[in-house]
Amino acid sequence: MLKRKLWLFSLVAILPVMAIFAYVRVYPIYEVLRLSLHKWDILSRNKPFIGLANFAELLRDSLFRTALINTSIIAFGVLFITVPLALVIAALIHHRTRSRFASFYETSVFIPHVVSLVPAAMAWKWIFDAQLGPLNALLGVFGVAPKAWLFDPVLSIVSVIILCSWQALGFAVLIYLVGFKNLPRSLFEASKLDGASGIQQFWYVAVPLLKPITLYVSVATLVSAFNVYAQVYVLASDAQGAPGRQVRVLVLDMLENTFRNYRVGYAASEAVVLLVIVLILTAIQFSLLREKGTR
Amino acid sequence: MIDVADDTAVEPATTGGPVGRAKRRLTDLAIDVVLTVFGLLMVLPLIMLVANAFKAPQELLAWPPTLIPTKPTTENITAVLGDTPLLTWIFNSFTFATLSAIAISATSAIAGYLLAKFPSRTMNVLFAIVLATAIVPFEVYMIPLYFQAQQLGLLNSLPGILLGYLVMSFGIFLVRQNVIHTIPDELLEAARIDGAGELWIFWHVVLPLLRSALGALFVLAFFQAWTAFAWPLIVLSTAQNYTIEVGLALFQTGFTVDLGRLSAASAIVLVPSVTLFVLLRRNFVEGVASTGLKE
Repeated sequence: MLKRKLWLFSLVAILPVMAIFAYVRVYPIYEVLRLSLHKWDILSRNKPFIGLANFAELLRDSLFRTALINTSIIAFGVLFITVPLALVIAALIHHRTRSRFASFYETSVFIPHVVSLVPAAMAWKWIFDAQLGPLNALLGVFGVAPKAWLFDPVLSIVSVIILCSWQALGFAVLIYLVGFKNLPRSLFEASKLDGASGIQQFWYVAVPLLKPITLYVSVATLVSAFNVYAQVYVLASDAQGAPGRQVRVLVLDMLENTFRNYRVGYAASEAVVLLVIVLILTAIQFSLLREKGTR
Repeated sequence: MIDVADDTAVEPATTGGPVGRAKRRLTDLAIDVVLTVFGLLMVLPLIMLVANAFKAPQELLAWPPTLIPTKPTTENITAVLGDTPLLTWIFNSFTFATLSAIAISATSAIAGYLLAKFPSRTMNVLFAIVLATAIVPFEVYMIPLYFQAQQLGLLNSLPGILLGYLVMSFGIFLVRQNVIHTIPDELLEAARIDGAGELWIFWHVVLPLLRSALGALFVLAFFQAWTAFAWPLIVLSTAQNYTIEVGLALFQTGFTVDLGRLSAASAIVLVPSVTLFVLLRRNFVEGVASTGLKE
């Protein structure tokens, strides 16, 4: 009797939250999947079902292909810079936990992750600026000729990778710090008795034990980098009549198809591709975790 | 010699005698230097941005760029405050972020508690749905959500941008884990036997015990909304309603904008977000750290 009452209470109480959740999460996700199979151009009233035609068109769409390639390069670029660097920085910070400056280290690495994105991107836009930027000034000291960071097709992608890595690093360091704190001390004491040096301990004890953390950080970094948009938007927009080169990324292409070309169904199919990428990455993470038998 | 997980400060003299101790101290010093330089480099872009805000036009063109303005001026700041509704944007962002954090904390507390303590088949299904949608990035279902906002007549309004930030799958998950770990069933049973109603239990027993988890979640949600970009950008369309990120991003594309004013505007935005972060750092770190502990 009481059990039944509690069951009823829980259902009534969770209903409003789940109604909101269904409306702002579940329904739009369902909609994006549905729309991707339809042709809908905002202006037209009817939305005919066209099966996988949108996806077939994506395969031939050179703009989409560029966006997919650029986004992948950015995501993996950020991954390869952020994760190894974060691992080393976290190891060093953890080693100096008792230092007076420990909270400074942690905070300074983390601040880029929390400050408003647009002002931070603007700081970098100035740094990369061909004429005024300190980056070219610095390179000039070493005799490197000034480069048009934001205009060159390759360098503009490099610029986005640098900016995104700068922002992503703090998150990765923080997660690694939690990982280091949870490592069993006994293993380190044992390896020390065996005469392992600090670097050997790092490489042969800490790194293998941190594999689940590395996997999680890698997937989280990749997923968020695949959604890159604001950074590209700010770096490319023109200040003082000097537009940077627009690096075409997936979210940008998607928004352009929706709001400039009014092709919502087509844009939805791009969103589905993004979703599939994220699902594959997550699946890889879980299968690797299971394989290792850790956690 | 990077001694990772073993804290040397605890037992410094056990290995190596005076020579070993000196060597260790030297290593620690070297690590401190590396971390300090690295930390300064991480915040340098932001420091230079603030410095630029106080520079006169001639100095901004100086080559190489100066770090500390030789003749500081507040002209940029007064100009930008006169030209743009910057303070309105900051107020909008603050309101949006606060309301979003309240909504997310409330929905997560209710759903997380119910999912943890009222096990039934329905609850299991609901939790599975929450977990499944947690993987899907916002950018994927942003476009259908935009059309839902349009149907509700909420475009270009605060409720409109809030629509995307009312719930957080991870928040529900976080609270559920916390309830399982910190609130024993016996406690709830005892309260029930004493004749306490379910709402009373939630308010007077459960919520106080969840204070630190909810604090972390609140701060996490606040910063998530504070740095939101793509969603407010598509929903908002008049300058009076912009959040700070959108306002700044669109402001910087204007023709009359020079670097000094841009830096001034960015600096004004950075100050509150960095201050907030330093004040709430503990909560925030806790919140982010718990994202890595999906066990």
